Amino acid sequence: MKNKSKKFIVPAITAAVMVLVVILAQLDILNNYYQTILMTICINVIMSSSLNVVNGYMGEFSCGHGGFMAVGAYVSSVLSLVLFCPGNSITGKALLPPESAMFLFPVVILLGGAASMVVSLLVAIPSFKTRDDYLAIVTIATNFIITTSLNNIGIVGESRGLMGMKSTLSRMSGVIDLPWILIWGMLFAALTVYAIHRLMKSTLGQGISAVRYDEISAEIMSVNTNKMKLIAFTFSSGLAGVAGGLFAHMLGFINPSSFGIMKSTESLVMVYLGGMGSLSGSVLSAFIFTILLELLRPAQIFKWVIIPLMLILIMQFRPEGIMGPRELPQVFPKLRKLFPVNSDMVRKNQTGGEA
Amino acid sequence: MSDETVLTINHLTHKFGGLQALTDINVDLKKGEIAGLIGPNGAGKTTVFNLVSGFYVPTEGDILFKGNRINGLKPHVIASMQIGRTFQNIRLWSDMTVLENICISQQYRLGYNVADAFFNTKRYKSEEKKIHDEAWALLEKFNLADKALDYPRNLPYGVQRRVEIARALSLNPELLMLDEPAAGLSTSDLSELISYIRWIHETFGLTIWMIEHQMQVIMTLCDYIQVVNFGKEIARGTPDEIQNDQNVIKAYLGNGEID
Repeated sequence: MKNKSKKFIVPAITAAVMVLVVILAQLDILNNYYQTILMTICINVIMSSSLNVVNGYMGEFSCGHGGFMAVGAYVSSVLSLVLFCPGNSITGKALLPPESAMFLFPVVILLGGAASMVVSLLVAIPSFKTRDDYLAIVTIATNFIITTSLNNIGIVGESRGLMGMKSTLSRMSGVIDLPWILIWGMLFAALTVYAIHRLMKSTLGQGISAVRYDEISAEIMSVNTNKMKLIAFTFSSGLAGVAGGLFAHMLGFINPSSFGIMKSTESLVMVYLGGMGSLSGSVLSAFIFTILLELLRPAQIFKWVIIPLMLILIMQFRPEGIMGPRELPQVFPKLRKLFPVNSDMVRKNQTGGEA
Repeated sequence: MSDETVLTINHLTHKFGGLQALTDINVDLKKGEIAGLIGPNGAGKTTVFNLVSGFYVPTEGDILFKGNRINGLKPHVIASMQIGRTFQNIRLWSDMTVLENICISQQYRLGYNVADAFFNTKRYKSEEKKIHDEAWALLEKFNLADKALDYPRNLPYGVQRRVEIARALSLNPELLMLDEPAAGLSTSDLSELISYIRWIHETFGLTIWMIEHQMQVIMTLCDYIQVVNFGKEIARGTPDEIQNDQNVIKAYLGNGEID
């Protein structure tokens, strides 16, 4: 079974790269600065590829991704403070022994994602009836509702924000000294890409693309479009929540203004830069975008003149984004060997088949 | 042909706001027949189809499919009850391959959930295999297997029609509704379309209900024809009866004096 062994090449390379990064970080060759950049890339990979599910694959225009990130960030931060951090600003004592952070950290992050999923119903349910520009307004409104609410909830520090999540990380490093946030960041980013890949490859997930190309014929061909929208919105927002949780723990400090319309725009930019409906495009653009922002740091505030200007140029000369709607194996046919994903699509005795 | 009724429409009336689109339409489709629904432009034929497929909820009246009331149900639920249809202007997902078009249309019998897809479970694999096998079998039956990995937008119009009908058949329908299958086809393609529809009718043993303007298609294929004009039924009968019906001639040719 040649195909079987090839199936493991990509995961093996990914795992090897992750191990290498962790070793480099451990040996301090990769200093804190580069670790933070890598971590930001991971978070942006999650943000852009998850937003791509709604904006790319489903063809809706959601501009409230930052809001869902906020929900995940706040919920996981509060949980992390209450559960593991003695002397936190909420309850003052930890509910669980601090060492348990070691095992429960991913659970806390996932719970943040689950909370975002619940809140995403605010968008998903209106999406049954509204489309296009109108739904875009609904998503912007949701983003405002979330940030404004957080600005007014006393227990999470109102506009001053929440801090102290770093101590959860130091508890984890106290048990085993590893760059935990980087490890979990890379793992969650890889899992996100894998999950989206699995979903969009399945016949069930392709119903989401059917909604994009023609919603009416999707309904007529027995695709439950409401269910598809529910899946796409909750899935995408849940992942944004995960990204938020990681973000909060990476910085150790969050406030509502980090998750405003600016954050949502950043995610949008990455999706359009990478190409709508292209998973590899989203991942690639997350890398490019993060690194670019970092390189432009010396330009300070002009950064936000240069980047929008680049966007205008991209929209002028390559409106489909870096990848267009294609994936890497379609651009570089040699890579196709590594992704025998469509093998079930090609019949063995097929004559006219794939070239 | 048996006496078993597939679709019954009783006293169907539909209003769009103040516009009376349909008034008291009655239909009785017998299992295995090919029935036609004709009428001048704007007569309300497509509205009848849209009501049956669930896009609108009728203002009054009942739509029964094999004795079950279906008005008010969602289009995808009606589709899963095995009513297939095509559109006047082809509505394939033109940026997905023909094979994907066929596979997605089998969503109604998808026996797995999102979690199965993530974890690549046994159920997921067997269901996907079943769906792909069915799709290939269907495409082979339709002589479209060599087009399976093409995008519909790159196919000739006539082939797109065939793909759309094949896609409707992937619902495994008992009733197939064709909305102007001959629209956009050249006259030389018509005889091909006629034999194609006849072949589908025989191979799949289903009931076909079609809207068509091409009289050649309607008159050769249909066992039974209903004519609507301004949302009202003006005639019904066999093709011969319809051809000689004064009301129908008047509706199509106008009421002017011809001398």
